[in-house]
Amino acid sequence: MAQHQVNYASAAGLPIALTTVDHLVNWGRSNSLWPLTYGLACCAIEMMASGASRYDFDRMGTIFRASPRQADVMILAGTLSKKHAEFARRLYDQMTEPKWVISMGSCANTGGMFNTYATVQGVDRIVPVDIYLPGCAPRPETLQYAMMMLQKKIRRESANMKKNTKQNLRLV
Amino acid sequence: MRKYTPKDNVQAKSYYTDRYWVAPRVPRAAVEEGTHFADVVKTMAKFAKESYIEVGTLVIHIDAKENFEAIKTLKEQCGYTQCSEQSAVDYLAQDGEFELFYQFLNVNEAKRVRIVCRIKQGEAIESIVPLFNSANFAEREMFDMFGIKVNNHPFLKRIIMPDDWEGHPLLKTYPLQGDEFASWYEVDKIFGKEYRDIIGPENRDPARIDRYDTKRFSRVGYEVPFGADISEGEKEQPIEYSETLLVDYNKDSGKQLDHRK
Repeated sequence: MAQHQVNYASAAGLPIALTTVDHLVNWGRSNSLWPLTYGLACCAIEMMASGASRYDFDRMGTIFRASPRQADVMILAGTLSKKHAEFARRLYDQMTEPKWVISMGSCANTGGMFNTYATVQGVDRIVPVDIYLPGCAPRPETLQYAMMMLQKKIRRESANMKKNTKQNLRLV
Repeated sequence: MRKYTPKDNVQAKSYYTDRYWVAPRVPRAAVEEGTHFADVVKTMAKFAKESYIEVGTLVIHIDAKENFEAIKTLKEQCGYTQCSEQSAVDYLAQDGEFELFYQFLNVNEAKRVRIVCRIKQGEAIESIVPLFNSANFAEREMFDMFGIKVNNHPFLKRIIMPDDWEGHPLLKTYPLQGDEFASWYEVDKIFGKEYRDIIGPENRDPARIDRYDTKRFSRVGYEVPFGADISEGEKEQPIEYSETLLVDYNKDSGKQLDHRK
């Protein structure tokens, strides 16, 4: 091959990697998903177990944050009562874009066995949900799988947040 | 003709009940002479309308207007120093009354007494918080769940339901799945009433599947874009399995043992 022909796609020994902005931004976003420390009911116990040493969420870059300002994933873990729905929505509003929501467990998905006057019948009535995680309660592996599915979803979507804002506006 | 449904008791009923079946009652025993309970009955004789022993607990029926005086006597002269429970039962459909009960414990004698009284709807009861602080939350819960007002309570407001809630959920007239107000509560509070149309009514049937709703459901092997209109049918999308991850061992498997080594 002639010397003047440069393969721009290869690094050629230089510390250069070529990629797209979408890939780069989504690589960063998907590998540092910081969920909000926010447990509602017994699913929160499984969520805590996922965060603790045995199942170890940290190895996926998933670190629980105690402030909605620093979090970008909201795991709605458990039964959402109608009295609390207002505060859950407020926490969601306080999170900075981009943000995603995992609805964890039967109660958060559909109201579950609490077919009563006091329970929100599915958290998608108040916040836009990205991943519905079935189970009562889902095991920590299931939550980790949901987190991995969310990472996949983030890697697929465009880094331009206008699209995601529009998606969120479905309910706002 | 429309099927008759009673309006004073809208709670769910079992599909079939034996009309000759009589619920077993806990036997009521008379108070024996010379026991601790006999002394209690003697002290409470001024207030008691009826008294008997049920499963080791002395039950005393009193007049609702005298509840404070009666309970004060019970506490100071009979040694019942703990109020463990206080609430009400809705008998409005049967008798047009609430039954209020107070449960007390005497630690020295290890005996329990239940004080029972009845009030009509709209009547108030005197608070026993000056005697027992533990009745504070119990009376608030009774107000929250039944709407029974408590006179001279230090802080009578809802304790379990939100402050702006309408209705009292433990009344028999309150449906288990909530009334109109309850079903739209979180939508009205967060988004406003005009968003009711966008969000839609609650789905109370967890097994409901809408084949043509592509926003919430998707058929495996017939996937379409989010929100696509499939009223005229959708194309089949054959499921493709990854050849690197899933290996078909039925095809020319090399692990067959044909002969012994």
